[in-house]
Amino acid sequence: MTEVVVFCVAAALALVGALGVVVSKNPVHSALFLIQTLMGVAVLFVLQEAHFLAAVQVVVYAGAIVILFLFVIMLLGVDKAEDFAVEPIAGQRPLAAVVGGALLAIGLTVMVVAVDGSTGTSATFDPQTGQPAETALDSIGADGQPITDIERIGRVLFSDYALAFEITAALLTIAVIGAVVLTRTVSRGERLDDLEPASFDLPPVAPHDNQPDHDSAGESGA
Amino acid sequence: MLAQIETLPVNTPDVDWAGLLPLAILGVGAVVLVMFRSVVKRLPADIETQVVTLVGPITVLGMWVAGGYAGENVPLASVRDDVGEPAFYIGLLVVMGVAALLVRTMQIGLDAAVTAGVGLSAISAVWALWDDRFTSTGPFNAIGDQFGVDGFSLVITGVIASAVVLVAFLLDDYLRREELDGPEMYVLMLLSAAGGVVMAGANDLIVLFLGLETLSIAVYVMAAMHVRRSESQEAGLKYFVLGAFSSAFLLYGIAMVYGATGSTNLIDIRIFLDSVVLVDDGLLMAGFALLLVGLGFKVAAAPFHSWTPDVYQGAPTPVVAFMASAVKAAGFAALVRVFVVTFGGYSSDWQPAVYALALLTLVVGSVLAVVQRDAKRMLAYSSISHAGFILVGVQASSPEGTASVVFYAVAYTFLVIGSFGVLTVVSGRGDRATSLDDLDGLAARRPALALAFTIFLLAQAGVPLTTGFVAKFEVIGAAVEARSYWLAIAAMVTAVVSAFLYLRIVLSMYMGTAAENPADDGSRIHPAAALAIGVALVITLGFGIVPGPIDELARDAVPHLVAAG
Repeated sequence: MTEVVVFCVAAALALVGALGVVVSKNPVHSALFLIQTLMGVAVLFVLQEAHFLAAVQVVVYAGAIVILFLFVIMLLGVDKAEDFAVEPIAGQRPLAAVVGGALLAIGLTVMVVAVDGSTGTSATFDPQTGQPAETALDSIGADGQPITDIERIGRVLFSDYALAFEITAALLTIAVIGAVVLTRTVSRGERLDDLEPASFDLPPVAPHDNQPDHDSAGESGA
Repeated sequence: MLAQIETLPVNTPDVDWAGLLPLAILGVGAVVLVMFRSVVKRLPADIETQVVTLVGPITVLGMWVAGGYAGENVPLASVRDDVGEPAFYIGLLVVMGVAALLVRTMQIGLDAAVTAGVGLSAISAVWALWDDRFTSTGPFNAIGDQFGVDGFSLVITGVIASAVVLVAFLLDDYLRREELDGPEMYVLMLLSAAGGVVMAGANDLIVLFLGLETLSIAVYVMAAMHVRRSESQEAGLKYFVLGAFSSAFLLYGIAMVYGATGSTNLIDIRIFLDSVVLVDDGLLMAGFALLLVGLGFKVAAAPFHSWTPDVYQGAPTPVVAFMASAVKAAGFAALVRVFVVTFGGYSSDWQPAVYALALLTLVVGSVLAVVQRDAKRMLAYSSISHAGFILVGVQASSPEGTASVVFYAVAYTFLVIGSFGVLTVVSGRGDRATSLDDLDGLAARRPALALAFTIFLLAQAGVPLTTGFVAKFEVIGAAVEARSYWLAIAAMVTAVVSAFLYLRIVLSMYMGTAAENPADDGSRIHPAAALAIGVALVITLGFGIVPGPIDELARDAVPHLVAAG
């Protein structure tokens, strides 16, 4: 029952976020909606007991990639210069401080209590001694397969999906080359758009450093 | 803790490096080229000529080594035994000298020469794999059970590598004419080809998807690489947005199939579907539909074809040649591997869908091609109609059908590279002279090119004594054998419709009155481009008159799913 409820809530969050990414006019809002979607998916991962994937989803996607998006959006100048002296919503700042402090406290508490949880499995404690009953790496299933999902992912990645793993490297190489190629500005030769189709005499090609009138490069590399 | 990790053995997959060799050559070639060019941006002209000349003999050596590594026997071992060692090695030296001379007369740039050398080495590896390994030991898995080496994947790999070589020859002069920077284009083409090779041999849906993305993303960039034509950038953007959209469909389909069968591995899926009767197969059917959409986009099947005309018209012409040959061949390889081989037991479920796709593609491709005023756009629609023909072969879902798909892929690759090769030469700077009016009177201005173009167009129309005829014949034969009579009839009717437009071009080339075309300055054809067009022409005519060898090859090129040992 809990599972169904959690699934429904998380799925709805993810879907609404995805819709928001497409619908919202302000690109900053789109990026924030994207975070919502990624968080919803992370919850779904937790539901599948793929704790490590959930953590990666939050840290890498929501944490790093969307923030990078936001940086780019900000650098492109979407945000307006704002007067920070005026508080748009009254009481917003003290509230933010309180909530932030509370979150920090919760985070620190969780970290201190569940020291062993960083591998993706929660530590189980022996009720008698109060010591961890077994570390994550000790837990090996009946078939000799490790149980922690980090280790499982590692093993699958380097055995069953070794080729896929390597191809991903090639894919990233292509993405880098492509991005470099497409964002480079034209340095020599004229733009050919201004020429009439099949005009008689082409202007001589002189190497000069004029910038193209509109920066259309890079839009396909996004 | 570390000690505990060591106690658990990791099931490292068995890697058969020889089977991965064609893929490795293409990938490593690309990486070496990009690393070299990022250090040495430009060589002085006189040194570059010397280095380029060296590429010829090195290519010969590379082909020899690659062939020796991939096959069981050293290539030409029997020749060596016949003539004795000294004579053999002297012969090898002579061949290397001839290669150096050939490269020198071709006046080719360094990047193009290296790319062609890499492609030729890959072809040599494929040849050795086919001759020494595949025919003696049968199909095998190269790495774990993720990448299969069978006749089918080998032939498609050979087709893709040939496309790389010919397009490299076309690109060389094109990039110089358009004053574009070279190495990235070749690097992307090699990596894209590596993605195509992965698709052709993928035994896992995840690997297939990654191969498709590798192939596609490189081609998106290549389509947009003419930085000084906004049409080119528009083409790249359109292709990218729609391609990403279709990849999402494919991925969703993979998820559905995984949900229905519990695996993404094609071998496991096949075993599961053969041994289990699904009570509720809705998930699997949804997976079929989504996979078909995703792959249908890549091969430009109607109704997922709408990107094709714009992208083909806007992208640089040699890139279009690569898109229409290698990308299409890889797409159909994936289609055959997933549907005909893996889902063969459920063919009664997906055959009607492919039937409808094939019919629609044939009609849309041939009818819309007739009303085009631009040669590149027209060839784009004609490539859609060719995709329809290949789909007719896929729809048969039989060994004959697969053989006809392979034959068509081989034949069409050379046809289309030849056609776009001619267009590359005659379209002039900026790819501007591509309207049908610009081809008016071409025979008077460039008789040899006009003759070559005529032969390519007639072959596309399916005139006997060309590979185009045999390919169409085989596909329709497979459809008749699968009792899809109406589809066969539709294929023949659309072939007649599109013959009209090919003949219209031929007529305007020969009967046209335009004495000269301002965009086409009538300069001498670059030797490398001439060689590419010539090779395509020889193959189109040669195997059209004697189709036996390719036909045999296509019949031996059976896709297999080998269970991991």
